[in-house]
Amino acid sequence: MHNKSVAELSRELESGKISSVELTQQFLDRIKREDGQFNSFITVTEEQALADAKAADEQRAAGNATLWTGVPFAHKDIFCTTGVRTTCGSKMLENFVPPYDATVTENFRNAGAVCLGKTNMDEFAMGSSTESSYFGATTNPWGLSQGDKRVPGGSSGGSAAAVAARLVPAATATDTGGSIRQPAALCGITGLKPTYGRVSRYGMIAFASSLDQGGTMARTAEDNALMLNVMAGYDPKDSTSVDREVPDYTATLNEPLKGLRIGLPKEYFSDQLSPAMEQQVRNAVKEYEKLGATVKEVSLPNARLAIAAYYVIAPAEASANLSRFDGARYGYRCADPKDLMDMYTRTRAEGFGAEVKRRILVGTYALSAGYFDAYYLKAQKVRRLIQQDFVNAFKDVDVLMSPTTPSPAFIQGEKTNDPVTMYLEDVFTIAVNLAGVPAMSVPAGFVDGLPVGLQMIGDYFSEARLLNAAHLFQQATDWHQREAQ
Amino acid sequence: MQWDIVIGLEIHVQLATKTKIFSGSSTAYGAEPNTQASAVDLAMPGTLPVPNEQAFRYAVMFGLAVNADIERRSVFERKNYFYPDLPKGYQTTQLERPIVGPGYVDLDLAGGKTKRVRIHHAHLEEDAGKSLHDTFYDELGHGMTGIDLNRAGTPLIEVVTEPDMTNAEEAVAFAKKLHGIVTSLGICDGDMSQGSMRFDVNISLKPKGSDTLGTRTETKNLNSFRFMEQAIAHEVERQMDILEDGGTIVQETRLYNGDRDESRSMRTKEEANDYRYFPCPDLLPVEIDESFIEEARNSLPELPDARKARFMEHYGLNDYDAGLLAGDSKLAAFFEEAVSHGKDAKLTSNWIQGEFSARLNAEEKSVAESPITGAQLGDLVVRIADNTISSAGAKKVFEALWSGENDNVDAIIDAKGLKQVSDTGALESMVDEVLAGMPDQVAQYQNEEDPKKRKKMLGGFMGPLMKASKGQGNPKLFNEILVKKLGG
Repeated sequence: MHNKSVAELSRELESGKISSVELTQQFLDRIKREDGQFNSFITVTEEQALADAKAADEQRAAGNATLWTGVPFAHKDIFCTTGVRTTCGSKMLENFVPPYDATVTENFRNAGAVCLGKTNMDEFAMGSSTESSYFGATTNPWGLSQGDKRVPGGSSGGSAAAVAARLVPAATATDTGGSIRQPAALCGITGLKPTYGRVSRYGMIAFASSLDQGGTMARTAEDNALMLNVMAGYDPKDSTSVDREVPDYTATLNEPLKGLRIGLPKEYFSDQLSPAMEQQVRNAVKEYEKLGATVKEVSLPNARLAIAAYYVIAPAEASANLSRFDGARYGYRCADPKDLMDMYTRTRAEGFGAEVKRRILVGTYALSAGYFDAYYLKAQKVRRLIQQDFVNAFKDVDVLMSPTTPSPAFIQGEKTNDPVTMYLEDVFTIAVNLAGVPAMSVPAGFVDGLPVGLQMIGDYFSEARLLNAAHLFQQATDWHQREAQ
Repeated sequence: MQWDIVIGLEIHVQLATKTKIFSGSSTAYGAEPNTQASAVDLAMPGTLPVPNEQAFRYAVMFGLAVNADIERRSVFERKNYFYPDLPKGYQTTQLERPIVGPGYVDLDLAGGKTKRVRIHHAHLEEDAGKSLHDTFYDELGHGMTGIDLNRAGTPLIEVVTEPDMTNAEEAVAFAKKLHGIVTSLGICDGDMSQGSMRFDVNISLKPKGSDTLGTRTETKNLNSFRFMEQAIAHEVERQMDILEDGGTIVQETRLYNGDRDESRSMRTKEEANDYRYFPCPDLLPVEIDESFIEEARNSLPELPDARKARFMEHYGLNDYDAGLLAGDSKLAAFFEEAVSHGKDAKLTSNWIQGEFSARLNAEEKSVAESPITGAQLGDLVVRIADNTISSAGAKKVFEALWSGENDNVDAIIDAKGLKQVSDTGALESMVDEVLAGMPDQVAQYQNEEDPKKRKKMLGGFMGPLMKASKGQGNPKLFNEILVKKLGG
């Protein structure tokens, strides 16, 4: 059962071959048995999951089942879950139990899905390796057989590793600069970051509000579509969510790709990319040509500025977003504060990890009097230029394709002492967030036995087209079905 | 040396919306601490602000009422600083793109002078919570600070004037005018004792006639017109003393203690926070369209200036009385209710400005808290005007109404026997009787040639007459009869 997709499991449940309680128990047992080597979960909610599964079986018996009723999955530990601690990978929220659901959480609850627990992540979603989690690093299932402990990518590395290791068929994730696509690529699964505003951010703990977007992770494009059907939509509780009709993302999965215009941004095929990686990506593009697509080279002239702009804007927003963690109302508070200033400084010094502090410092600096114009305002100007690059590119093509990452999964600890090298992990993914367009990572081959991701970027609200292109590619290839040994 | 005083004001006006500016929590005053604080107000992780349309409507109404430009696109920013009553660690406010642009208010000053005070802008923002210092104690008896977040997120507009005022009188006149405008609009309850309006005063001095502004100080959080007047006088004197001793003014924020008439420095410019403002990414820019503005314009009630003109024209009140009654919407409503019963507008106005206002002030009550209604005061005025009661009797009736002894004017007059006797025949025989008993005084009066002294001597007969009539004789008629009987 653990190798089946959400769509398949849903059919199994519908046919009555297995109950949700049985299915849930099987996955819970698998997590118990296997997750010691991955550390992909921060919290496993066994009792709650079995109770939800029982309720789902009753729901189905009563004839009120949806496609998701009784299907197990997991939430990234950034989505607030009523009564279940939500840590965001931080000591600061180690014991934080929210009294409310994120809108995404509520949507899955209403659909009848069974949440098995909360997955590991870089602290406050700041990282590209899931090594900055207070709850220990997550290990990529790929590479273990060669004796290497490799990173799963980040920040949604827990969700990616759990899906890759078949501990859950699907998991929610978030993407601020590549946090869905990069781990999906490194773990050999399929992930989608929707258009900014497509999925509500309510109850999703903020890192950089203008960039954060909740999204999907599963092995197949079809399962990503099933997830997005549940997650997408306008939310009156999030002013930045977009009030726009949500299509059935599964309805167009099999639309023919004949005439699909693919653009290859030349800036993303630079010398930062190893020849072996490039070869895999170009092979994937050839596959699309076989499916009837046309290919041309395009340019995103300001793409080279994306990392610099991102590392001003994201930390600036984060510096304010994380001010609420002050020890006054919830979360970690230092022991025996002498006075107010002592409470603030020690709570934050002890509660936040090094990467979070680094970004708060950078962001605070960028917003400071005398530096604001040179950093924050300049970065916003660059952001508009980057947005314009995408608008221009989509005048000529339907989908941009590139590698998701410059290289496959690296060894744990390799980049932890060199933040800038770590930041370069997101060199191909970050511009997408600055522009707010949707993008996917789809398994597209292997280099040295490690998965390679193909990034597909679409115009605003073109998720259905991206999923369609990914789905038909997966009908023609089996990279997404490969399992780490 | 002679000095020019330069004053600018910043006024926080709490908007009377039912719910907060970015959450659905109630804004009602006086609830148990932290019972009106939702997950959003507590800044729980992942929660997001959702703007309250009513706050924008009120801000637009305010802008229209002060002749200001309404900005079609305004932007919320985050003002970052740490304080326990600021749950998010930043205040959501407006800086570069406020909703209300430049406008002005015209003031009527004593002696028929007028003055225009320009408004630089007004912006929307959220209020912070309250810190309750030394209201809790730990096990060792150390004072602790409590936090009440009921007020956190209450919508405010902050009105910023140009430095157009030159003395305390103008500043207070502006503050009162603004109070009248926002209460007339119904966008603020105007209750300053509950912090619904709070004033910050920026003051600087410059040598008389100089074009260069001096260094200013800001005195914060004044919550009554009286304290504002005192604080300005205090600060002007303080700065003048420093300057005349050859010193320099430090740019700083000061706190004024009205009870002790003293002030102290809160922080200097060097100690000021770097608030690191930047546009709030959780809120889209606010687009205000023409139809929204037109709707607000059509919903504008009568404002103090228009009401004053109407009071002068319709009730024949003079400029001063009309300005005073029209300036405060509750007082104006009280007046109009009274005059609809009392008919005599001038007499009604006199009673409101006299006995009524004196009692409110003495008991520190607002018009809304008055124990007597406009209708009752109007009924009282009717009985004064138709000579049923004397003004001394009227004061007794007022007292009975105020204390709640009885709520009906005529019933009080009856119960207390305050009805005047105006039957000329009866009064004449009383006069005859009293004069007969006071022959010496009558002779003295008739021998006096100085009309002033005669007038004074006339008073000597009034006491016995009032006593003879058991206090019910109409004094005016007694006077007329006396003059006639005594031979002019």
